[in-house]
Amino acid sequence: MKSIAAITLTLAIAAQSILPVAAQKRTKAPALTEEQRIVHVLNRLGFGPRPGDVERVKTMGLENYIKQQLNPEQITDTVAENKIKDLTVLNMTTAELYEKYPQPGQLLRQLQARGMLPADLAEARENRVKGGANSQSGQMPAEMPKNNQTPPPANPLENEKYRQVIQQYYRENGLQQPQRIVAELQASRILRAVYSERQLQEVMVDFWTNHFNIFAGKGADRWLLPSYDRETIRPFAMSKFSTLLQATAQSPAMLFYLDNFQSVSPNAPQRLRAPQQQQRRGINENYARELMELHTLGVDGGYTQKDVQEVARCFTGWTIFQPRGGGAAANAMLGEAERRNAGTFFFNARVHDDGEKIVLGHKIPAGGGIKDGLMVLDILAHHPSTAKFIATKLARHFVADNPPQSLVDRVAAVYTKTDGDIREMLRTIFFSNEFNSKEAYRVKIKRPFELVVSAIRTLGADTNGGPGTHQWIARMGEPLYGFQTPNGYSDAAESWVNTGGLLERMNFGLALASNRIPGTRVDLAKLTAGEMSQAKVMDESLKTILAGEISAATRETLLKQLAQSDPASKVVGLILGTPEFQRQ
Amino acid sequence: MNRRYFLKSGSIALASIGVSLSAPAFLERVVLGNTITGGKRKTLVAIFQRGAVDGLNMVVPFGESSYYDSRPTIAIPKPESGNADAAIALDGFFGLHPALSAFKPLWDSKRLAIIHASGSPDNTRSHFDAQDYMESATPGVKSTSDGWLNRYLQSKQDPEKSLFRAVSMTRTMPRVLQGRAPAVAMANLSDFAIRAGKSSAELQDGFEAIYAKEAGDPLAGMGRETFEAVNYLKKANPEQYKPENGAQYPRNPFGNSLLQIAQLIKAGVGLEVAFTDVGGWDTHVNQGNSRGQLGNLLQQFSAGIAALHQDLGQRMDDVVVLTMSEFGRTVRENGNRGTDHGHANAMFVLGNSVRGGKIYGKWPGLKSDQLYEGRDLALTTDFRDVFGEIATRHLGSTDSKSVFPGYSLSRSNFKGFLG
Repeated sequence: MKSIAAITLTLAIAAQSILPVAAQKRTKAPALTEEQRIVHVLNRLGFGPRPGDVERVKTMGLENYIKQQLNPEQITDTVAENKIKDLTVLNMTTAELYEKYPQPGQLLRQLQARGMLPADLAEARENRVKGGANSQSGQMPAEMPKNNQTPPPANPLENEKYRQVIQQYYRENGLQQPQRIVAELQASRILRAVYSERQLQEVMVDFWTNHFNIFAGKGADRWLLPSYDRETIRPFAMSKFSTLLQATAQSPAMLFYLDNFQSVSPNAPQRLRAPQQQQRRGINENYARELMELHTLGVDGGYTQKDVQEVARCFTGWTIFQPRGGGAAANAMLGEAERRNAGTFFFNARVHDDGEKIVLGHKIPAGGGIKDGLMVLDILAHHPSTAKFIATKLARHFVADNPPQSLVDRVAAVYTKTDGDIREMLRTIFFSNEFNSKEAYRVKIKRPFELVVSAIRTLGADTNGGPGTHQWIARMGEPLYGFQTPNGYSDAAESWVNTGGLLERMNFGLALASNRIPGTRVDLAKLTAGEMSQAKVMDESLKTILAGEISAATRETLLKQLAQSDPASKVVGLILGTPEFQRQ
Repeated sequence: MNRRYFLKSGSIALASIGVSLSAPAFLERVVLGNTITGGKRKTLVAIFQRGAVDGLNMVVPFGESSYYDSRPTIAIPKPESGNADAAIALDGFFGLHPALSAFKPLWDSKRLAIIHASGSPDNTRSHFDAQDYMESATPGVKSTSDGWLNRYLQSKQDPEKSLFRAVSMTRTMPRVLQGRAPAVAMANLSDFAIRAGKSSAELQDGFEAIYAKEAGDPLAGMGRETFEAVNYLKKANPEQYKPENGAQYPRNPFGNSLLQIAQLIKAGVGLEVAFTDVGGWDTHVNQGNSRGQLGNLLQQFSAGIAALHQDLGQRMDDVVVLTMSEFGRTVRENGNRGTDHGHANAMFVLGNSVRGGKIYGKWPGLKSDQLYEGRDLALTTDFRDVFGEIATRHLGSTDSKSVFPGYSLSRSNFKGFLG
């Protein structure tokens, strides 16, 4: 039996922190205790404590722990690596994903074009009644009737047959449905957040994935996301901001999501444009605008519509080779090298606008080719508005929704001094008085992803990161890679506190504690074993999840539950649904 | 948590501090609401046909010979008595797809209006972008963070502070209702509860007690509001609902959504904006003509809306139903007896206050030189003029600048389908 002592002391909550906000502000709060500081760091630099984490950090020293987290490359992480080793999409190139996870409609068209469409597939396709299988709909269509008796059905038999034939073809040819890609990627994010020792690295991956948001439901982005996570976000999550910025600018996922892949100079000869570009307007400003508004300067960062147009001209020709895979799945006509490169960045000089441009007062000389875009990124990365914008977002994420201006100013100064070194900005935050103040303690509302991961961690539960967990995160409003617009999920409480969302948070707590989430298992015996009174069981649970200090009224409520059957799962479920556990 | 947050989070949180500490505020507000408005409130039911419905086969321009030239296998035949597969004549030029027969009585009683050749002025043919623009109502601008229906809610205080002022019968909050104003999204009314099998009631009691006792905590305030809403819905007893006037909703998720919207309207919970969507319209292959894929979808679509109308009866005096779809489809059918992504489309508006029985909007024609980019139905009505007319004349919006940023809404551009 695992001793209670080893799993307690996980999460400290001071009685102070559950008092009304106004009351806290009036009395000058004492400094955080050592244990509170540890809990605070485990909550903010990571996804909350696991059983025993507080003690481990105490033993190694809090400062050492923070320094270690700032250098994730020095932390061995075998447990997390083992957990994700079966998620095959993580290591596949985009070309391989197009080949092994083809869109059914596209696959059929290509097989047909090559005269290789098997007879049963051809027939099923012909008889298919319901459309949309080959669509690229941005939104998932609402569920369609499966078994509607009245009025007459839209021939569900043919539809079912079509699905079966497709499934069989996929099975026989070692193919997988494309939805599987995002499912595995989501699983990897959950597994790493739960199990990785590199907690800060995972927090930063989450942070930058939202800052440079991509929506999986937009066209080809589903196939482009694994490389985005692996090659764009992860390696640079704690590098220089300019490095990360360039990586995103050249990532196929971003080029597709914000349409830059089809932005061409209006002067480019028609016949030189790719066929899908011929009907388009020429220049597309979407990326240029969001680059300044959301990625660097901020909306009031001092750029004009003219700057947007000029930046868009600079990025013409920044595109994707075979953006939709070019039929890699079935098209043997492409050479080996071309197939390998499907879905990767390339600069198409022939459609680039090579005239002179002026961006934020800087002259970009004619004839620069790909250097135009690189110069723009350099100008933006070194702009004071960018320093302020990034400093504000980091402080909001790690300290408070409305972070103290004094801290924002210091972090922005570090940005300027260190050429946008993310690690140095983080160090400044973590060792600041503002971060380590009572005012910052437990003021952030957990986002659904953070709530789910922290709940699994605090109970020492085991998860496969599968659909059972995704669905809860989605139900609470944060499906990973499911945010449509480029601003990403909000980091402020007001976006997350609403009646429907709060109800789902409570239901999630109950589902987790009573082992009703497929693929995730909690062993509550760890909390309740031993010869203890029922009241003690409850207090130990409280201590594990909220470190004991909770209002007397809530404790009394929980105590009443002990008279019911199966008290442990109910008490734990209720604790996970308390206002206190929604905060970090 | 700072104080500013819950002040900003709007009427619900404020109410939780001020009113609800003593009595069940939710019920109080409902009673209050009844005395103010006599239990009536204007409601909009917005329905999104996701995937881009073929507006030319939905509302058929049978008076255009180019229509038949462009669609050799999928066109809907001209109206003809005794032919169940022919278009249902609306006037001498337009007809309904025969699968929309449930709409005909609504047209005849002048409750159903159609706005043809309407949609987004942006030329995108991406479902994603076009749906985004239609829901944000800022075509061409991607960074708009909220939807137009949410901006409407933000722009106007709700004196009754209804918890169900805006409800989306969808699993996740649609773009059109995302934003600062409170809104609820749920796939089913019965999901809006503590769900723990036999222990549900007991655990709800537990949570209620926990949230009741954390006075002054904004999260706890939200929790109390949540349970007032949960308990109110429970009393409305969604499981036992019986549609009135012999209304028969299609037994599918779309029909179910409409049924539950009707239920909320009747329950008097203060519903002002309801939303739901229905997919499957992306008919690139084997679209069918009078029968087949599109026909089946349209049949379900019109049966659901007609059932809602019938079920609500006299309540339709205060309800307007609006349908929309992100763009239309190509005038010419493609090589797979389907249609590809196009431009302008048709919208339906239904209600007792609607000046129905009329097709609104200028018809641009279908001859080659009349087509948009040489292939699609041209646009003559910006969807913001349709949304704007409903927001202004039905919901009573007075702040069109904040609801439709960057667009100067003018009453002279309203089509006049409402009063």
